[in-house]
Amino acid sequence: MSNAPLMKSEKDVSGGLDVIKVREDFPILQRSVHGRPLVYLDNAASSQMPRQVIDRLVYYQTHEHANVHRGVHTLSQLASTAFEDARRTAQHFLGAREEREIIFVRGATEAINLVMNSYGRAFIGEGDEIILSAMEHHANIVPWQMLCQEKGARLRVIPMDDAGELLLDEYEKLFNARTRFVALSHVSNALGTINPVREMVATAHAHGVPVLLDGAQAAPHIPVDVQALDCDFYVFSGHKLCGPTGSGVLYGKAALLEKMPPWQGGGDMILNVTFGRTTYNELPYKFEAGTPAIAPVIGLGAAINYLTAIGLERIAAHEQALLEYATEAVRDIEGLCIIGTARHKAAVLSFTLGDIHPHDIGTILDQHGIAVRAGHHCAQPVMQRFGVPATARASFAFYNTFEEVDALLKGIHEVRKVFA
Amino acid sequence: MADPRALYQEVILDHNKKPRNYGALEDANRKAEGHNPVCGDHLTVYLRVEGEQVQGVSFEGHSCAICKASASMMTTQVKGKSVAEAETLVQEFRDMITGKLDVQNQSHHLGRLTVFAGVRELPSRVKCAVLPWHTLHAAFTAQESISTEKEF
Repeated sequence: MSNAPLMKSEKDVSGGLDVIKVREDFPILQRSVHGRPLVYLDNAASSQMPRQVIDRLVYYQTHEHANVHRGVHTLSQLASTAFEDARRTAQHFLGAREEREIIFVRGATEAINLVMNSYGRAFIGEGDEIILSAMEHHANIVPWQMLCQEKGARLRVIPMDDAGELLLDEYEKLFNARTRFVALSHVSNALGTINPVREMVATAHAHGVPVLLDGAQAAPHIPVDVQALDCDFYVFSGHKLCGPTGSGVLYGKAALLEKMPPWQGGGDMILNVTFGRTTYNELPYKFEAGTPAIAPVIGLGAAINYLTAIGLERIAAHEQALLEYATEAVRDIEGLCIIGTARHKAAVLSFTLGDIHPHDIGTILDQHGIAVRAGHHCAQPVMQRFGVPATARASFAFYNTFEEVDALLKGIHEVRKVFA
Repeated sequence: MADPRALYQEVILDHNKKPRNYGALEDANRKAEGHNPVCGDHLTVYLRVEGEQVQGVSFEGHSCAICKASASMMTTQVKGKSVAEAETLVQEFRDMITGKLDVQNQSHHLGRLTVFAGVRELPSRVKCAVLPWHTLHAAFTAQESISTEKEF
């Protein structure tokens, strides 16, 4: 920490990312909290929105709003075009083969629930098994548990080691003739672990089992190519990716999506309705019943365009530099214990500080303008695995600076002073 | 509240470090568990009630400093009081934390417990401070378990 200030300005342009300029795009980063400049380090919970996305939303509401896929009038056509443009943007962002493989949903949670309700209820039955990992977010546990209760299926859990890395040998041993599905985080929200999903998908496929990857923490931070990963489903949320809440994506291989039944009925998902029978619409509309979140989806498209213009490689490089810097700096803090020390990590620093409760850490840091998450991060099994009730978590984005890491360190020292 | 010391006052830090009446109460005749699922705070309040009087009270569990200090100071305040007096404290503490009771200008029986008045400016921490009191109330009314999610 002592030599940090000397290196800051040099480091802030590491990886060719001009962070100072990037920050000018984010109006909220200019505000203060409790009289201090805001240091926003809760990006794994939700990221902030750049002016480009805000402007796109305002433009849409000011000039283009109408319902989509309905009217012959000009506004409806403008809205429909903008909405479908966002689908193509998401398709290219994920490297999907076809546009119709992109289903718009409210977020990663809804995407997983869609797959559970549609694929799960159709193809998973009594005595069948679903493999999850020990580091899943509740969103990738509870839907599968609900399915198990309904069907009499059961969950099998891939264990992890003390660093927060999944035990791949144990994973392979979980497969048997009853295994029907694998649901797995690409990146852990509580630990930061980047799982070797490409290999893990290949293992599942060798057993003829499809895989859903929860990319909520991956898509905003590392390049994703669903064809290279060969996953069957991939989900992410717009609001963790500088987009609006209420937007999210389910990618599914067309062949699987086609054989899945719809999960919600209503307008847009039909071709023809009589009281006798309904013919369902084709992909992707079969899974998009009712008026979708038009503005959030268009905003999500703008957010993806914004991130891709900066470049996911550059984003990943800068965030890695922040993580390394922070990890090195906290090493000297007495009583600080990092939870999650995998070799491949996203920029998440989850920690405990002696016997000081994370909520107290969070409150005191907040008084210094520093926003971190304190709690179980919707991953209670992870907390149980590491024997802690909660952690404090700083999660970085590409718009964070090394100065902000310094502010965090200073804040942690303040916490220690209060509880000294 | 820009200065965290306004909330984390000496007396709160002291009760957090050295909680009074900590541990199970062997001759307890009532107990209740309190749980805040948001932050994982979990505590048990033990009571020995004879007639209408609180003869003994203790607590144990895992929680943040605000919750632990609140529980510790609560036990020192309600011990020896009547059940009715203790329930009045529960109500007044709750009113103070939620801003319904102005401890500067209205009469109350909270005494040193007013150190928690600042918590009302931190909505995310209100549940931490109140959890022990909800749990005490649950023990009086012999409810099995209490969760802040249901109470607020």
